[in-house]
Amino acid sequence: MANTDIIIHDEKDNVGVVVIEKITPNQECNCWIMENDKSVKIQSKNEILLGHKIAMIDFKEGDTILKYGHDIGKVVKDIKKGEHVHVHNVKTKKW
Amino acid sequence: MKIPKSFLGYKRENGRVGTRNHVVILPVDDISNACAEAVANNIKGTFAIPHAYGRLQFGADLELFFDTMIGTGKNPNVAACVVIGIEPKWTKRIVDAIATTGKPVEGFSIEGAGDIKTIMTASKKAQEFSQWASEKQREECPLSDLWISVKCGESDTTSGMAANPAVGNLMDKLEPLGVHLCFGETSELTGAEKVCATRGSTPEAQKKFMKTWSDYNDFILKEATNDLSESQPTAGNIAGGLTTIEEKAFGNFQKIGSRKFIDVLTPAEEPKKGPGLYFMDTSSAAGECLTLQAAAGFNIHLFPTGQGNIIGNAIEPVVKLTGNPSTAVNMKEHIDLDVSKILKREMNMDQAGDELIKTTIRAASGRLTCAEVLGHKEFIMTKLFRSA
Repeated sequence: MANTDIIIHDEKDNVGVVVIEKITPNQECNCWIMENDKSVKIQSKNEILLGHKIAMIDFKEGDTILKYGHDIGKVVKDIKKGEHVHVHNVKTKKW
Repeated sequence: MKIPKSFLGYKRENGRVGTRNHVVILPVDDISNACAEAVANNIKGTFAIPHAYGRLQFGADLELFFDTMIGTGKNPNVAACVVIGIEPKWTKRIVDAIATTGKPVEGFSIEGAGDIKTIMTASKKAQEFSQWASEKQREECPLSDLWISVKCGESDTTSGMAANPAVGNLMDKLEPLGVHLCFGETSELTGAEKVCATRGSTPEAQKKFMKTWSDYNDFILKEATNDLSESQPTAGNIAGGLTTIEEKAFGNFQKIGSRKFIDVLTPAEEPKKGPGLYFMDTSSAAGECLTLQAAAGFNIHLFPTGQGNIIGNAIEPVVKLTGNPSTAVNMKEHIDLDVSKILKREMNMDQAGDELIKTTIRAASGRLTCAEVLGHKEFIMTKLFRSA
């Protein structure tokens, strides 16, 4: 089986988590969806470090990020598929 | 995997089962620590549980203090208990409550006698208890005699991906067998509180959870100088890839698998609704949370960690697991189970849950955990407000 670069918790999730030391721009990455044990591929746009998230789809400002199948925050700056998702483009809906 | 039906435990007088056979010297208050430690030093096979409180507490804070002390003595991992306090009244209250379990317990007060005489009389009783307890044998007990508490710490994204869901998988498999389960960490569920509330098995449990969480949140909003967005997630969490408080909470929440909780417990409250999953209102500080869960009667603890929390507990064995491959290597002496293969897809969640069940049963049956071997005996009182 090909090495797993990215793990996606839930089938509904629109972000994945990098599980290798880092992925580099334009890398063809193998993703494992844990919930249904399926595999998908994605092309990265940025360097993304271990434990950090990658966008699995294009996002517009105001969209909702889903991880574990749940709402974990709102997009505050447009994000392209394959880009790094973190505090620079996503904020909590809590405060 | 076919789940083993039993483990080897110590049957107690009240029907509960211990995974350990401790003889504890319990100081009632801070100034009795020296006496308790001297007794434990004299008499092999015993140990003292020193702590910082027990003087001039009042109201709800005093009641929680008593619940914690009494619950610790009543825990089935404790075979017998010597209680030493400065004054006879509070000492007696603790002794009488522990005695309802039927286990050997005796109290000593120092006032009017002094340390040296108290050490002598208490040591004689401790010797008797230690030799009595040493003849107790482990017997085959059904898994339903396991009361498992859980709490995670030093979490990172691997916690949510591997170690926490492995605990959740264990819960999904063991709850139907009649095991008591408990999770806590009121503060760390912030962001997932509405979803967590839906996991209450009854409208009452759901309401009780939301009330508990709201009380906590109101307290935070009253005391906090900011809205917590500067401290939750922490700088370390953010460096590790956690973006929002919701993401952190949902990672934490993976520990309960797909279970529903049947009741919400106050700190150190013993569950009374039979087997199943309970939520306990606790701090998210590991030492405090585990001390409260042990005082509620839980006899083995599962602790998933990301970056490597080293916590143990005075009376409850703590089984640690990690999904972080670096932690598994660099802090190997603290990790009872390495589930980092999940990240490489070399282990699935079903296998990780099975491995954790095996590790838990071995620890419950007597294998010393890493925290025990390394001497971790944390006993940390939860203080609700300042003393008089």
